[in-house]
Amino acid sequence: MPEALSGDPVLEFEGGALGFGQRTLWKNLDLTVRPGEFLAVLGPNGSGKTSLLKTILGQQRLDEGTLRFQGSPVRRGDRRIGYIPQQKLVAPGTPLRGRDLVTLGVNGHRFGPPITTKAERARVDALLEDVGATAYATQPVGSLSGGEQQRLRVGQALAGDPALLLCDEPLLSLDLQHQRGVSELIDRRRRDHNTAVVFVTHDVNPVLGMVDRILYLAGGQFRSGTPDEVLRSDVLSDLYGTSVDVIRSHGRVIVVGVPDDAAAHHHDDGEHHV
Amino acid sequence: MTAFDDLWARMFSFQNYGELLVLVQNSIIAAAVLGIVGGLIGVFVMQRDMAFAVHGISELSFAGAAGALLIGANVVTGSLVGSLIAAILIGLLGAKARDRNSIIGVLMPFGLGLGILFLALYPGRSANKFGLLTGQIISVDIPQLGLLIVISLIVLVALLLMWRPLTFDSLDTDVAAARGVPSRFIALGFMVLLGLTVAVSVQIIGSLLVLALLVTPAAAALRVSSSPVLVPVLAMVFGLVSAVGGILLALGGSLPISPYITTISFTIYLVCRLLSLRNRSGRR
Repeated sequence: MPEALSGDPVLEFEGGALGFGQRTLWKNLDLTVRPGEFLAVLGPNGSGKTSLLKTILGQQRLDEGTLRFQGSPVRRGDRRIGYIPQQKLVAPGTPLRGRDLVTLGVNGHRFGPPITTKAERARVDALLEDVGATAYATQPVGSLSGGEQQRLRVGQALAGDPALLLCDEPLLSLDLQHQRGVSELIDRRRRDHNTAVVFVTHDVNPVLGMVDRILYLAGGQFRSGTPDEVLRSDVLSDLYGTSVDVIRSHGRVIVVGVPDDAAAHHHDDGEHHV
Repeated sequence: MTAFDDLWARMFSFQNYGELLVLVQNSIIAAAVLGIVGGLIGVFVMQRDMAFAVHGISELSFAGAAGALLIGANVVTGSLVGSLIAAILIGLLGAKARDRNSIIGVLMPFGLGLGILFLALYPGRSANKFGLLTGQIISVDIPQLGLLIVISLIVLVALLLMWRPLTFDSLDTDVAAARGVPSRFIALGFMVLLGLTVAVSVQIIGSLLVLALLVTPAAAALRVSSSPVLVPVLAMVFGLVSAVGGILLALGGSLPISPYITTISFTIYLVCRLLSLRNRSGRR
């Protein structure tokens, strides 16, 4: 854990609330994320994790409260925020190579003749090097594995030299080796550049060693704190309003007994990887 | 034997070819520009999965052109109005692929029906009527040809100027929006450009056959390459060869131009498919 979580807050929620119709996703959310901090956002499906990211991206407004990024209200398309989406495989046959994906992060927002300058190319080379994607940079994106594509997306998200990285289930459907590779890229970025990370996931285990703080959303409420403060049977039982067991074994955390309705969608056997 | 010779003479004849060529040179220029623009925009039509939208827009474009014919207005203008209304409706209501397909499915028969009604009411020559469905470039007069060329050039320049954000948005609209790409503007802007291109194509190849210039060349190019430079270039070349080649072959015969264009573009696609099969088995 970085010792100095100081500096001006990157992200500040004050009394934030968001809901759909009658249903409250979360309210009275006070949360400060500082430079270099790794915040994991956990909770069952439908608890408002992705909506939280959308508010930070300026694509959804809070019902109440304020949300500031680097001291000013969030806005759409802020290039100081890097966004790594859920892994969606690029269709085979898409006319883009690996490096073109990263190039889009550098100049893909710009109108004008589609000419990539020498300086931009050098920047793309450096980003590819950073995320270890140089070897397959000239191959068609659609022919690359999910893990390779996800590394390129990290490179794309780092193109704007972000002060905040938003990750929406970036490890979903990756094998263990690529889960480790991609999460280490993200961790290294925040250590080397003091970039804050907000990491939405349904399974905290692949990033458990990196997480400074957890925001756990469920049933219209939330708990936040260090993993040891939040991932406890009494805290989560209180949050879910029913008896929930947090089991720690071999450095992994498993939450057992999450009620089906709190999970909103499928959680087959009531066992739930946090 | 004579029957075959007769058929051959109707399909291909190169008598007085030089004089004919001079007469239709403006049509050839218009077809060349459209071939290039159609190939280029086709690359995005494929990436944004909009082949069905192209067909839907072309039917409303047909209705607009038929309406213009009926009231004695400029057919190109009518075609443009129909195209743009369809394109903007599809763009506004069909952000998601599923919504889009149902909206197109609803609009298309309505447009076609409207067009048929206008044509049935139109008292003029029937060749004009058929032309809107299957192509009529030789009968388009020179000021209108000029208009078609200008519209195509506008689309070409606009596509190049929005190339990068459009590529980004076509690949992953969520990430593109997060990076500052104005996704609504891009989506609507693209539909307007598509509408303009369709309106031009309807004049040249006919509303039923628009896909042969707006989808087939790009689909063929995507078969043989995945380079971001080579695919658009090949698609433009394929479109150009199909459109101009079709006119040149059809010139001497007495048959419409469209079947020549569609056959060339289909043949190119077949060859590209075969090439991609061979490449793939070679790689294994």
